[in-house]
Amino acid sequence: MDSRYHSVRLDRDRCRGCTNCLMHCPTDAIRVRGDHAHIINELCIDCGACIRVCSYHAKVAMTNTLKDIQAFKHRIALPAPSLYAQFKHQPIGAILDALKEIGFQEVFEVARGADLVTRATKELLKDRRLPRPFISSACPAVTRIIQVRFPGLIPNILPLRQPMEVAAQIARREYCEKHGVAPDEVGVFFITPCAAKMTAIKNPIGQRRSSVDGAISMMEVYGSLMPLLGHRRETLTQSQATPLGILWAKTGGEAEAIGIGNAMAVDGIDNVIRVLEEIEDHKLNDLEFFEGAACVGGCVGGPLVFENNYVAKNAIRMQTEGMTKQLEEGPVNRHEVMLSERIRANESMRLDENIGTAIKKLEEMNQILSRLPGYDCGSCGSPTCRTFAEDIVRGYCTEMDCIFILKERLRVMAQQMVDLAQTRRE
Amino acid sequence: MSDTLRREYPVEHGDYIRAGESSADIKRCLRQMGVASNTLRRVSVASYEAELNLVIHSLGGKMVMEADSDYITLCTEDKGPGIPDLALAMKEGYSTADDEARSLGFGAGMGLPNMKRNADDFDIESCVGQGTQIRMRFKLQ
Repeated sequence: MDSRYHSVRLDRDRCRGCTNCLMHCPTDAIRVRGDHAHIINELCIDCGACIRVCSYHAKVAMTNTLKDIQAFKHRIALPAPSLYAQFKHQPIGAILDALKEIGFQEVFEVARGADLVTRATKELLKDRRLPRPFISSACPAVTRIIQVRFPGLIPNILPLRQPMEVAAQIARREYCEKHGVAPDEVGVFFITPCAAKMTAIKNPIGQRRSSVDGAISMMEVYGSLMPLLGHRRETLTQSQATPLGILWAKTGGEAEAIGIGNAMAVDGIDNVIRVLEEIEDHKLNDLEFFEGAACVGGCVGGPLVFENNYVAKNAIRMQTEGMTKQLEEGPVNRHEVMLSERIRANESMRLDENIGTAIKKLEEMNQILSRLPGYDCGSCGSPTCRTFAEDIVRGYCTEMDCIFILKERLRVMAQQMVDLAQTRRE
Repeated sequence: MSDTLRREYPVEHGDYIRAGESSADIKRCLRQMGVASNTLRRVSVASYEAELNLVIHSLGGKMVMEADSDYITLCTEDKGPGIPDLALAMKEGYSTADDEARSLGFGAGMGLPNMKRNADDFDIESCVGQGTQIRMRFKLQ
């Protein structure tokens, strides 16, 4: 497990050093220094906002390729339900079949993992001692923003594994039993709509190791699947998940599956942050369940999907119409669904290990801030004047990096030069 | 001189637009100081309630935060109207919020009790016609 791993990366050759990603990062994790962007490891939550907003396509998510899967003799595909929504006229069964023609021997739907997590959540909800509101652990970017900015809400996060993890463990076990092969001979690959889930595989939250071997982006498989799905419409293959599990792909799907009255689904990382602030301030006291998605629309709006998220939401709704499969009753095997480790706080926002020193730095920051123009323009390479003041205190830059302070200094110097020239003439 | 952080926030009566900004700033300072998250949460709740009380019920006043490595102190003081019956005001569910406040969702009557519950030390003094002073202290571990 690599705790500094991030799947979101910068392609330096394409980066212009503009201010787009800088200004849109929800954790102020980006700086532009030395003519290109830098991502601060400790603050990045892999939400992919920068990938979406970069006009030069310089921000990318490092994911596995269809070549990488060939390292395994046996290969299982774990499609996220948002994959179905990329092919709006196709029955789900046709998509599952097609995956077996691009290099995978077996397919196991992540929506089945979602069904199990739904059942486990319903069980946990019965325990009145657990703090409310429950916060879904489905979106890794939301879990990470809580670790960085709202550590007081960590106890509210459901201690449940991601649906892709639950699905991977079962898929591997069933395949090994059926074919009599060793677990490490099987490669289990998640077909992902986003960067955050790729990061969650290499740098897991709440468990030591992921059950998944890698993730392939939907953007990549789209090209391989599209020609296969052109002609095929009829298939006997059916989805093995319930429509409730499949609809986790869109925002509100999880809350609806759990069927709880006082639930809230919020999508878009800025909106999620705003609501989490309110929850932290105890302003939403009656709320039982909070479902946050970093991407607008939910997973169908992820940075690595092909289809527009509104079209995709509609597509998946239609694909599940007529599906009658119901959620099974009864408790789930805890071993399959519970996280094995506590989720830890990420202390990167603190200015210093020592509170006394941190206070000194805060005062210094305030002093500097009062001298800054307050334009939040990004020209210095920090997203706001406040973060710029913090960067100065942390020793990463000087006040003169502010173009307005520089201009003012130059104006003073120019005046001094004029005065100097005048004395020479006398 | 031990290092103390001090912030003063003026709060105006009826300023619902800015309501909550002072407590948000306090939260940010404390996070950057590295205050433990459970203490931070208690201070957040108390400061938010205190700020809203100033907006909804007072004629205007200020909130002052002081922090050092041992304690965080939160004080509010206002210009009036003052609380006639302190014991009644501290009762859960009792509220004198006006229609405008209630229409915005306030007035559950939990402000003062919440503040007392979240603080380690809580003191309130009030004089009708003069104003109210509240002092809260939170111990850092």
